[in-house]
Amino acid sequence: MAFFWRRKKDEDKFSSSILGLDKSLEELKAQEEAVEREIGVRFTKAIEKTRDSINNKLDTIFEGRKQIDEAFLDELEEMLISTDIGVATTMQILEAIRKGVSRQEINDLGALKAAMRKELLEILHHSEQRGVADERKYDLDIKPYVLMVVGVNGVGKTTTIGKLAQRIKNEGHGVLICAADTFRAAASDQLEIWAERAGVPIIQQKQGTDPAAVLFDSLRAAKSRNADVLIVDTAGRLHNKSNLMAELEKMKRIAGREVPQAPHETLLVIDAVTGQNGLEQARQFMKTADVTGIVLTKLDGTAKGGIAVAIAKELNLPIRYVGIGEQVDDLMVFDPESYVNGLFN
Amino acid sequence: MFESLSDKLKSTLKNLRGEGKLTPEHVDVALREIRMALLEADVNYKVAKDFVESVRAKAEGQEVWQDLKPHEQVVKIVYDELVGLMGGTSSRLVFTKQIPNVVMIVGLQGSGKTTSTGKISRWLKDNQERKPLLVSVDVYRPAAREQLRVVGGAVGVAVYQDKETNDPMTLVRGAVLHAQEMGFDTLMVDTAGRLHIDDDLMVELEQIKAETRPVEVLFVADAMTGQDAVRSAEEFHRRVGITGVILTKMDGDARGGAALSIKQVIGQPVKFVGVGEKYDAIEPFYPDRIAQRILGMGDVLSLIEEVQGKISEDEAQKQLEKMTSNQFTLEDFRNQLGQFKKLGSMSKLMKMLPEQMTGGLQMSDEQSAEVEAQMKRTEAIIGSMTRAERNNHKIIDASRKTRIAKGSGSTIAEVNGLLRQYEQMKKMMAQMNRGGLFSKLAGKAMGGLGGGLSGLLGGGGMDGLGGMFGGGSGSNEEFDNNYDETRDSLAKRLKKKKRHKKRK
Ligand SMILES: Nc1nc2c(ncn2[C@@H]2O[C@H](COP(=O)(O)OP(=O)(O)OP(=O)(O)O)[C@@H](O)[C@H]2O)c(=O)[nH]1
Ligand SMILES: Nc1nc2c(ncn2[C@@H]2O[C@H](COP(=O)(O)OP(=O)(O)OP(=O)(O)O)[C@@H](O)[C@H]2O)c(=O)[nH]1
Ligand SMILES: [Mg+2]
Ligand SMILES: [Mg+2]
Repeated sequence: MAFFWRRKKDEDKFSSSILGLDKSLEELKAQEEAVEREIGVRFTKAIEKTRDSINNKLDTIFEGRKQIDEAFLDELEEMLISTDIGVATTMQILEAIRKGVSRQEINDLGALKAAMRKELLEILHHSEQRGVADERKYDLDIKPYVLMVVGVNGVGKTTTIGKLAQRIKNEGHGVLICAADTFRAAASDQLEIWAERAGVPIIQQKQGTDPAAVLFDSLRAAKSRNADVLIVDTAGRLHNKSNLMAELEKMKRIAGREVPQAPHETLLVIDAVTGQNGLEQARQFMKTADVTGIVLTKLDGTAKGGIAVAIAKELNLPIRYVGIGEQVDDLMVFDPESYVNGLFN
Repeated sequence: MFESLSDKLKSTLKNLRGEGKLTPEHVDVALREIRMALLEADVNYKVAKDFVESVRAKAEGQEVWQDLKPHEQVVKIVYDELVGLMGGTSSRLVFTKQIPNVVMIVGLQGSGKTTSTGKISRWLKDNQERKPLLVSVDVYRPAAREQLRVVGGAVGVAVYQDKETNDPMTLVRGAVLHAQEMGFDTLMVDTAGRLHIDDDLMVELEQIKAETRPVEVLFVADAMTGQDAVRSAEEFHRRVGITGVILTKMDGDARGGAALSIKQVIGQPVKFVGVGEKYDAIEPFYPDRIAQRILGMGDVLSLIEEVQGKISEDEAQKQLEKMTSNQFTLEDFRNQLGQFKKLGSMSKLMKMLPEQMTGGLQMSDEQSAEVEAQMKRTEAIIGSMTRAERNNHKIIDASRKTRIAKGSGSTIAEVNGLLRQYEQMKKMMAQMNRGGLFSKLAGKAMGGLGGGLSGLLGGGGMDGLGGMFGGGSGSNEEFDNNYDETRDSLAKRLKKKKRHKKRK
């Protein structure tokens, strides 16, 4: 990923890639620490209800028990299921815990929480290693860098784009937005307001235009205006509608024809309330749209977004950002540690 | 994809047989599978637990009906219980003499409120002789009010607007007054999406409710919702008293377990189901369909009944014989198309089929329309043939082709295409006969359907779907094994039972 805060494997702190090259190392570090602190605080706040429920519940169900027995594991199972991580992932975690218990490695609540945290982190980290667009692999001269945002209806694509546009712009890049949802009523007006909020230009056409045509225009415009990043909003579509998926494929093709290797990044937006269907969504969008990462939105509600963990596990697709509200700065880089710690502090 | 509950139960219960009664062990084994199936379908874990217990109570010690195997019996109990819990069909909005009757639309962000507002208002106008007015009190989301304005325009329903204000209460008061003055008998209030834990916004809903005294408060829920559905529904219900649920995005392939969860925690019926982004994509709610969907059974029972009702067994038998003896003529092909059309649209048909049959594929309305258009063309071409040609396609030479093309308003290439398709179909039938797939199906009164589907899908140029029946023996074999006699025999037996009932 070329533009955003991202933890480098060999470094402890977040680093920005092509951004802030003009700043001194100290400045950068201080800035990153501040950002990290802020992320930590806001993230924790956002998922506090989640943490509350899981953490307190763990404590409550363990209360009065001398050991980890089957009845306790049953309750644990329910708790895991309630996060939407799915039956398979739940079973995997429980299996690891059963093993730990029988080997006497897990004897108390602390050890149990640590084991669960470890299992979850392993899944999340593993997904980060594969299929991630790595900033170091990118030719930094790519211009425009084309970022497509896809997903089923109503998950938060347009809102996420507004937030992303601001982030990228704040890092000193020229952003252009493409309003390729020409289907939904007032989709383009909505995106236009977001573009205004972020202070970036937008290319739009009237409702009913072929989205591929708007994309084509935008690609041309991005080149002629020398924009660094082109963010493409797409209409919500259910992954089982082959005509709509074909439309997406066509858009992908057109992007690639106009700009080599485009789209360079395709983010799949998943609503945190999504249940097991999210897995199929990811599977299908990966197939047609070469998704490179997940944005998990609406994590400010009580849903835990566990399906994104299941996606990471089954499909090795990393979670890149989380949405924690409807304001322009309510988008955070996903950090596995904060997420998991948030669950099991 | 998903293994259906019935298949799972079958394999777990296959060794338990012949005791005449469902023993606690039978039930235990089965219930574990049922619970998993429910969880995989996104039924809330607490709801699933209660459900399993109520099934246990019903199942234990029950006589196994002569006609059913233990797993079939368990599926039947589960299914009946589920249908019972989902409640009756009640896609009615209750109206009073009050002017205007206010209908409030509430729910989480992005669930489909604004779209559903448009759909319902259109339905009220067209089918219920109501005169609706719409108002959006979503002053928060960018272009939310503009969206409703466009929607109103698209469905031909008036939208109240007041660009001067950003206050929901002012807007809704203005709309009520406007409705009274202009004689709109129904005011639909599209509210902003909100989180159930956002106290300020939940208070706002309470205020709107107090101000407008709505006759209906409809909660819009996304069918893809997972475990958290109960929390939001519960809290919305506690705050504003939900009178009905609209389950949206059911045109997707989510199992829709959230519907059961929501029904269980708030006790209010699902009144409508959203099945697409267009404004006519709204349907009444059928508890049996969702029950089958949650259990992964497809609508196969009703499909079989429909097929049985519309295709006489004799005729199916005759066709079967023709198919298997390789004497299937173009005339037969045309008959099949005709029968097939009686079953309704392809997309509907695909939705009704169980997942093992479709491999999880669904047909969009567009594809369905395409296949149907193809069917019409095919019928027209066959219709332009003489009887002799229909009974022996080999006599169709170039000059006959030209005549047929002209007569049916098609091209020679299309005529050739059809003939190729027909020959392929014939070949496939011979193959299938060897594999035994369709003889089995057809033997169970699905001859017409099986043949029709395979011909259409195998030859219709629809790649993905073509594989499902026409895709060679590999997939057929799998299908064969999976399908076994479970569903159709269950249906048959159920049908027998029904007949039995009727006699009483
Ligand atoms: N609470 C919360 N709401 C969000 C978040 N992201 C988006 N939303 C809200 O979710 C709703 C849908 O967001 P959109 O951005 O319109 O979703 P979309 O995916 O573009 O929708 P379609 O284009 O119609 O498919 C809006 O009401 C947003 O304000 C988030 O992180 N938290
Ligand atoms: N496929 C499908 N899409 C639907 C259905 N109902 C709504 N949608 C889509 O879901 C998305 C969100 O719909 P809206 O009506 O804007 O949802 P909303 O609840 O008003 O959203 P907010 O006001 O932002 O909270 C849009 O893309 C709609 O086209 C449905 O039944 N099927
Ligand atoms: Mg959008
Ligand atoms: Mg809305």
